[in-house]
Amino acid sequence: MKLSKDSGHLFRFLGLFVIAFLIFLVVRHFVVPKSFGEYGHYRGAAIDEIAALPVKFAGHQTCEACHSDIADTKNGGKHAHVNCEACHGALADHASDPASVIPMLPDTTVLCARCHTASAAKPAGFPQVKIDEHSGGLPCKTCHNPHTPVIGSDKASGAVLGAKTAGGTK
Amino acid sequence: MNLSRRHFLVLLPAAAIGYEYALAGTPATAPNYNKSDHWWGMLIDIPKCIGCGNCVRACQTENNVPEGFFRTWVERYHVDDWHLERPEVISPDGGKEGFPVVEADADKYFFVPKMCNHCSDSPCTQVCPVGATFITPDGVVLVDQTYCLGCAYCVQACPYGCRYIHPEKKVADKCTLCYHRITKGLTTACVENCPTGARQLVDLKDPKDPIHEFLKTHNVQVLKPQMATGAKAFYNGMDGSVR
Repeated sequence: MKLSKDSGHLFRFLGLFVIAFLIFLVVRHFVVPKSFGEYGHYRGAAIDEIAALPVKFAGHQTCEACHSDIADTKNGGKHAHVNCEACHGALADHASDPASVIPMLPDTTVLCARCHTASAAKPAGFPQVKIDEHSGGLPCKTCHNPHTPVIGSDKASGAVLGAKTAGGTK
Repeated sequence: MNLSRRHFLVLLPAAAIGYEYALAGTPATAPNYNKSDHWWGMLIDIPKCIGCGNCVRACQTENNVPEGFFRTWVERYHVDDWHLERPEVISPDGGKEGFPVVEADADKYFFVPKMCNHCSDSPCTQVCPVGATFITPDGVVLVDQTYCLGCAYCVQACPYGCRYIHPEKKVADKCTLCYHRITKGLTTACVENCPTGARQLVDLKDPKDPIHEFLKTHNVQVLKPQMATGAKAFYNGMDGSVR
C-alpha cells in the first residue's frame, strides 16, 4: 500500500493520541477508586462502609435474650407491640457491656405522657388521658405497671398497685 | 518475540485495560447478607400514627443527625371542611417532642411521618454529577460522603425534601434506611422505636413478607405518584390532602 509522501505527520499525530490515551489510563488508574463501577456509577465500597457503621439501638431481640421475664410480661399485655428501647432509649452499649453501662430508669411522668396525653389530633381509638385530671401529677407507675399497663393485669407480681383513678377517657 | 515499536504502542492500551479488569477482581460480599436478595421499602400506616415523635428522636440518636436537621420527621395535618386542598400542616422541630394538644375539635387531624422514599427511579441519584449518590442493589438510596462535593443538586432534585447539606461535613446527608442495621438483620431505628407499629420495614423481594398481602387488601398510596419516582415509602390510609 503506497501512502502519500506527506503522510508522516498523520502518524506522528496518531502517536501523540496514543500517548495521551495511555497517560489518561495511568491517571485514571490512580484517581478512580478500585470499587468504582462495581455495581454502577459509584464507589461500590461505600455500601460496605455505610453498612459497617455502629448500631446504637440493640433491638428488642437482643434485650429479650437476657430480660425474658420482662419480655413475657410485656408481650402478654397491652404494650406487646412497644419495643424495649422505645421507652428505655438506645442501649446497644449496655447489651455489649451489661456490667458497666447501667441504663437509667425512665421517668414515667414524662414518658407515658408523650404518647398518652389526650389530644383531638390523635386517632380516636388510641388510649389517651388528660394527665392533670387523671393522675394529679403522680408518676404513672404509682398505679400502672408500664410493661403491662392495664391495672390488675400484672399477674406476675400479683400487685394491684392502686385504685382506678377518675378522669380517664379510655 | 520481536515487537516493533508500533505494535507495542498498539498493544499497550489493550494490556492496560486488561490490567484494570484484573485489579477489579470479584466483589467482596458481607457474610450472610446477599444484596441481590432484598428490595427494601417502608410501610407507613397513617391511622396508627399518634405523633409522639419517637421515630424522630430514635433516628437522630442512631444516626447522629445534627440538631435542626431531619432524616425523618412527622407532620400534622389539619383539614377543615372548606379547605380540603389547603390543609394546615405543622411540624414543630420535626415533631421530635410531639405536637401541641388539640382540644375537642370537629375538624380532621392526622399525622404523616415523612422520610426518604428510597425511590427506585430516584431524581436525586440521577442529578449527581460525580456518582456520590446511588441506589444500592437492595434498593436503598445512599450517599458516599467521601465522594460528595456538596453541590446540593440532589437536595434540590428530591421532590420530598428528604435531603440536606450536613452543617459540619458540608456534604449531602439523608436517611440510609438504617443500612447498617438492616444488613445485620435488625430493623430500622424508627421502626424499632415506633410504639404503635405505624412504621414497618418491608422487603419486596421476600415472598413471605406480609407487605404483599397488605398491598393487595389496603388503600396504599405513595407520595407524588405523578413524579414517577418509583417511591417505596407506602402510605396506608393517606388522605388526599397530603402533599
